[in-house]
Amino acid sequence: MKISFTINSRKRDLELQPNETLLNVLRKNGLTEVKSGCEEGECGACLVLLDGKPVNSCQVLAMSVRSKKITTVKGIGTLHSPHIIQKAFAQGGADQCGFCSPGMVLAAYSLLQKNPNPTREEIAEGLDGNLCRCTGYVKIVEAVHEAASKLRNEKSQAE
Amino acid sequence: MFKYVKHSVEKIDGLALVTGEEHYTNDFSFRNMLYVSILHSTFPYAKIEDIDDSAARAMDGVVEVLSYKNVKKILYTTAGQGFPEPSPYDSVLFGDVMRFVGDNVCAVAAETKEIADAALAKVKVRYKQLKPVLDFEKAEGSSTVIHQDDGAFPKIPVFYDASKNIAAKVEAEVGNFDDAFAKSPKKIEHQFYVPYASHCALEPHAAVSYLDFRGRLVIISSTQVPFHVRRIVSVVAEIPVSKIRVIKPRIGGGFGGKQEVLLEPIVALVTWRTKRPAKLVYSRKEVFTSTRTRHQYRTTFKVGYNKDGAINALHLDALENSGGYGSHALTVLANAGSKTLPLLNKIQNLKFTGRGVYTNLPVGGAYRGYGATEAYFGYGQIVDMVCEDTGCDIVEYYKKWTIKSGETSPIFKALGEGKEGVAMIVTSTSLNECIHVGAKLSGWYEKRKLYGGDFNKGKRDKRGIGMVALMQGSAIPEIDMASAYMKMNDDGSFNLMVGATDLGTGSDTVLAQIASEVLDTPVEKFIVTSSDTDHTPFDTGAYASSTTYLSGHAVKKCAESIKNQILKVGADLLTVSIGEVEVEESRVVVRRKGKQDHHQEVSFAEICQSSLYQKNQFQIQATASHVSPKSPPPFAAHFIEIEVDTFTGIIKLLNYVATVDCGTPINPVLAEGQAEGAIVNGIAYALFEDYYFSPQGILLNDTFGKYGMLTAHDIPPITVKLVDSFEESGPFGAKSISEININGALPGIANAFFNATGKRLHRAPFMPEYVLSVINE
Ligand code: FES
Ligand code: FES
Repeated sequence: MKISFTINSRKRDLELQPNETLLNVLRKNGLTEVKSGCEEGECGACLVLLDGKPVNSCQVLAMSVRSKKITTVKGIGTLHSPHIIQKAFAQGGADQCGFCSPGMVLAAYSLLQKNPNPTREEIAEGLDGNLCRCTGYVKIVEAVHEAASKLRNEKSQAE
Repeated sequence: MFKYVKHSVEKIDGLALVTGEEHYTNDFSFRNMLYVSILHSTFPYAKIEDIDDSAARAMDGVVEVLSYKNVKKILYTTAGQGFPEPSPYDSVLFGDVMRFVGDNVCAVAAETKEIADAALAKVKVRYKQLKPVLDFEKAEGSSTVIHQDDGAFPKIPVFYDASKNIAAKVEAEVGNFDDAFAKSPKKIEHQFYVPYASHCALEPHAAVSYLDFRGRLVIISSTQVPFHVRRIVSVVAEIPVSKIRVIKPRIGGGFGGKQEVLLEPIVALVTWRTKRPAKLVYSRKEVFTSTRTRHQYRTTFKVGYNKDGAINALHLDALENSGGYGSHALTVLANAGSKTLPLLNKIQNLKFTGRGVYTNLPVGGAYRGYGATEAYFGYGQIVDMVCEDTGCDIVEYYKKWTIKSGETSPIFKALGEGKEGVAMIVTSTSLNECIHVGAKLSGWYEKRKLYGGDFNKGKRDKRGIGMVALMQGSAIPEIDMASAYMKMNDDGSFNLMVGATDLGTGSDTVLAQIASEVLDTPVEKFIVTSSDTDHTPFDTGAYASSTTYLSGHAVKKCAESIKNQILKVGADLLTVSIGEVEVEESRVVVRRKGKQDHHQEVSFAEICQSSLYQKNQFQIQATASHVSPKSPPPFAAHFIEIEVDTFTGIIKLLNYVATVDCGTPINPVLAEGQAEGAIVNGIAYALFEDYYFSPQGILLNDTFGKYGMLTAHDIPPITVKLVDSFEESGPFGAKSISEININGALPGIANAFFNATGKRLHRAPFMPEYVLSVINE
């Protein structure tokens, strides 16, 4: 069956089976920026935002979220217009293989929405659901810290 | 002094990675593609008497079933190593003997993944169960022979005795151990165990294949070794090398786990037979059970020493659990000796004995650290014990006894990779400086004294600090080869093609920086293409801490050759002699008596335009290869502070300081990242990671959650400090950094534990139950 979703602010009609996970449906339809690391809800590589809230898309039936807004990592910034968090990741060496990055960046994004001025401990806690085997998390936490301060600056300048 | 090297340039693929643009193997799909699923053995040791796949084949959507019935049994090793491989030829793609739970029974290719999975359930397999060997300490000479009558043989002339379940044996001695040990006034003997481990690269193993327009086979794979994949697929799938192209796109981590040719021959065969694209992606469970692991080890150290702490004799005996097949069995074993024993090179009498044994358990393979991690657990503690016993300050002890610049160790020659090693003089080390800086940064002296004194008396939570010095290698000397090709474009940019394989380590960027430095041209000017067997020259691949050191050297040579051509054309255009010109900021400039003549310069773009279109036309291009005559060790010192809850047995890390000598760090931020990632993996291995098996040899903790991965929340404060040295044989002084830092956590934490409690840990992981039992001994 075909169902329409709002993905990264665009309406899209996607083909799916009733028992398919959101992860599968997204990837099958070309949204390969959503990664699959375990399909058991344990790594966060498949994390997307549903109405702004982070969820592991491998643990969600696609059918059940048809009315919600879906955001993937491309929804917050792109190669040509990257988000401050994405820039901070790339500049700070927070991406090695980058396989965890789409999920990690979104987890950071959602953390900074809730808490724009987190301590390093709060960042670490906020990223608790996302595994990374390459970086040892040191540079990820630093990058999020850096991005938070840049975002705050940007905001105070705008005000 | 450097302009592009030793700068933390942003990774050239960085933004594309974090915006989700880059593609990994599983992100490639093709029209008409088949999905492949594998049926794995549920028995640790069994003979397949028959497979009946008729019900599976009858299913709508099932296109092909591969098993021993229709795939030729060609012996090979899955280890992605140079040819001839030092690992025994003891594997076939699909056999009729299952040697561990997770071994491949058959493969089904179907129109969808769902159909392929459903079809697996319809394959009827009649097994005859055999008595398995599930304890590696009982494998040698067991009545159960794991490779019997299968023709398994060593490809190179080394000791191999399948009838006794011996997959590998390594022995070496310098001096006379027995004699020196007997005469030593003090002696200790200790045994240590380290468990199985999974690499846990976040991207599961994956391979996709298709036929190109001319009928050649293209394999896209998450591999560390594209050229070895091409060679091995050619052999086992019986397809000529000329008809195979292997591409490694972005890869979601490797750590040694993808230095193995497992999935590629299967998709290759499906595509070759059906003429259709095929995809195989392992589930996380399959990665845990059916790919490769860190070998389980038992190490026994016998040490004889004097009252002043001087060690006269050291014997390291290693027993390695190779699992059902002998992938990397020999070389990991050799490295357990060759990457540890040279560190304290003043010991005159050294003996190494090791056996890798077959069992009916998951298969070992390459894993960051490669034997060194396994052996440092004991080696690092032994040194601490000797110091403790003789009242030596371990920091000063290491400074005094470790190998120095200008020195050698007979072990370099005695222990090679399947053959004699290569004698080598160490020409770069800043280890003493590393130790000095690390001691300072960690507050070593104050804390060691404090925690060793009354501080912990009567306390439930006891604190300790421990340290360890480490070495590894950089590439396999006189075996590994890397090469690079470069050509110049009309705007002064360059294509840089390398066989080297970026695993997320940033080697594409690091190699571009090296070319940048030679040509004094920004990194953006280099278009890097890597790991495509059709379009890039040969490279053995990403393993053995080789890429920066070895592939980097090939790139440097290649860029130097380009530079010469540019200078020649430039001088010609400026009508001066070649001795009067040099490159500077993407131009050729005239310099006389050390002064630059500003009116006489020509840009790289002008030079290339001239050479392509105008005068004495030719393509400015070069290729270079490199083999290293040595494997210069990187060094490191790790200082770890812990707190032990003596009621629960929980060890908490309070602080981790690592000082590292990787020569010149070509890209310091990326180098630090390598160290940090390795340290955290090392901590997880020391504290949590293990394989738990049922009595039937079934892996019980085959998910991230049950396995014990660390998250951002679990990590202690980590400080990595690079303490440079300059390695003459490396590009711009570089050595390696990717592996060494995984070796510190095991001995470092154990030494800290001794400082806290006065007890020694002999078994990893340091799970609370075990720790408690040690405390209450
Ligand atoms: S793939 Fe969804 S949490 Fe790992
Ligand atoms: S960068 Fe590789 S898993 Fe995080």
